[in-house]
Amino acid sequence: MAKVLMKGNEALSEAAIAAGCTAFFGYPITPQNEIPEYLSARMEEEGLTFVQAESEVAAINMVYGAAAAGARVMTSSSSPGIALKQEGISYLAGARLPCFICSVTRAGPGLGGILPAQSDYFQAVKGGGNGDYFTPVYAPNSVQEATDLVFRAFNVADEYRTPTLMIVDGMLGQMMEPVEIKAPPRVKVDKETYATSGNTDKRKKNVINSLNLSGLGLEAMNHERFKDYEKIKKKETLSEVDMPKDAEIVFCAYGVPSRIAKNAITLLKKEGISAGLIRPITLWPFPEKDFQKLPKTVKAVLVTELSMGQMIEDVRLALNGAIPAHHYGRVGGVVFEPDELANEAKRILKKGGKK
Amino acid sequence: MAKSTKNERIRISGFGGQGVLTVGQIIALLHLEHDRTVSWIPAYGAEMRGGTTNCSVIIQDDVIGSPIVAQDIDILLAFNLPSLTRFEPLVKKGGKIIYNTSIIKDPPTRKDVEVIGVDATNISISLGSPKVQNMIMMGAYLKDHPYFNEEIIKKVLLIRFGEKAEKLIPINLAAIKAGKE
Repeated sequence: MAKVLMKGNEALSEAAIAAGCTAFFGYPITPQNEIPEYLSARMEEEGLTFVQAESEVAAINMVYGAAAAGARVMTSSSSPGIALKQEGISYLAGARLPCFICSVTRAGPGLGGILPAQSDYFQAVKGGGNGDYFTPVYAPNSVQEATDLVFRAFNVADEYRTPTLMIVDGMLGQMMEPVEIKAPPRVKVDKETYATSGNTDKRKKNVINSLNLSGLGLEAMNHERFKDYEKIKKKETLSEVDMPKDAEIVFCAYGVPSRIAKNAITLLKKEGISAGLIRPITLWPFPEKDFQKLPKTVKAVLVTELSMGQMIEDVRLALNGAIPAHHYGRVGGVVFEPDELANEAKRILKKGGKK
Repeated sequence: MAKSTKNERIRISGFGGQGVLTVGQIIALLHLEHDRTVSWIPAYGAEMRGGTTNCSVIIQDDVIGSPIVAQDIDILLAFNLPSLTRFEPLVKKGGKIIYNTSIIKDPPTRKDVEVIGVDATNISISLGSPKVQNMIMMGAYLKDHPYFNEEIIKKVLLIRFGEKAEKLIPINLAAIKAGKE
């Protein structure tokens, strides 16, 4: 298939169909509306299930039901809508059900605004639902990567029986880029081992439930889950690292802001300043090892995110005090410019990397 | 086949309903036909018909950084006065401003950029459809992109508008031609 020009939201929706998603449940909210709009037409064409639910809470519970029956299932929303879905996400994690959730993030808190923001790093990575659980979180920075990661997110969801999340900043959802939707092989999972897909007496009864009133039983279930999380950390961590051997400062950014950081790095290079980039592609698991092998020339890490400073907490944990970490952000839907980031890097370097 | 090789940072701005976003997509599609790396992003917000809207288009060969053309604009297509007022100062020295003289009565004041006035709204009305004023503006843009021949333009219009819109191709091509002149 040749490259076509598509909006991020539409391209990732098409990728979901190509990935074999058979059911979508959602509720409208800007700036993710192109996803249900697109899927409402395409899924009908393909004879698949599309439901505009009565609320976000209803939608995530429909996802629970479809996942329990063994469907490859998806929902999408934007920040305040994802907040409403948190209970359902925790239940999905508790019941070990696979699904794919896309959050096209917008500015908060509260109803906030519809402009792009990254103030939902905590929401996505640290979870808003109750209990000990994680969800793999993907953060693409181009329309092509968004579609590639949709396939991966569905596969990882099936393989580890977990909800997976993709956060797309409002810019990426709205922008158009050339894209080629390339479906990789689908991971093979025998859903009969857990799905309540209609028992024909040929197998043991499957039970989908997150309730477990036995202390030891629930403890064992938590330990089982965390074995999976360890595997995910080992096998599924993704990042892009561009590190000159003489880097003085390292940018850390994800999503479209990482592209703005790349522009800043080019500006700095013109002035003879060497800067590197660590771009987490999975926010959980966080690519902490990348921060432990920085060149000795690095004086500081500059985390540039469209928030008041959220990912910087994981960067500080990964650096473990070895190098100072600074944060530069714009919020409310305001997007920083490359020269703003370059100037901040120069200001930090002038102080020798210290505060 | 002759190809465009220049990198371009384009900003297109006007009233909602003037076809500003569509023109940006068509320009991006044209360059994509030449295997260039392209991006298009609207300044989305609580926009409405009659309000202002704008988009950024970037054409280059390597990986595109920020898709937003916030400064160093190579080419500005200004469909109305608020757009010209806002973006004129952000055009790069030696860049180009194409503006709609039908409704912009105060021409650009910059002396260090190339300025092209196009009577887009009026010409579109004389062609029989004010909807094609964006194509007239694009015609002016395409004047120094001679490698986009009628065949490629037609192909891209069909990609953008769908096969059903085939009957609208002649008026759009006429508008583009008028804009070139």
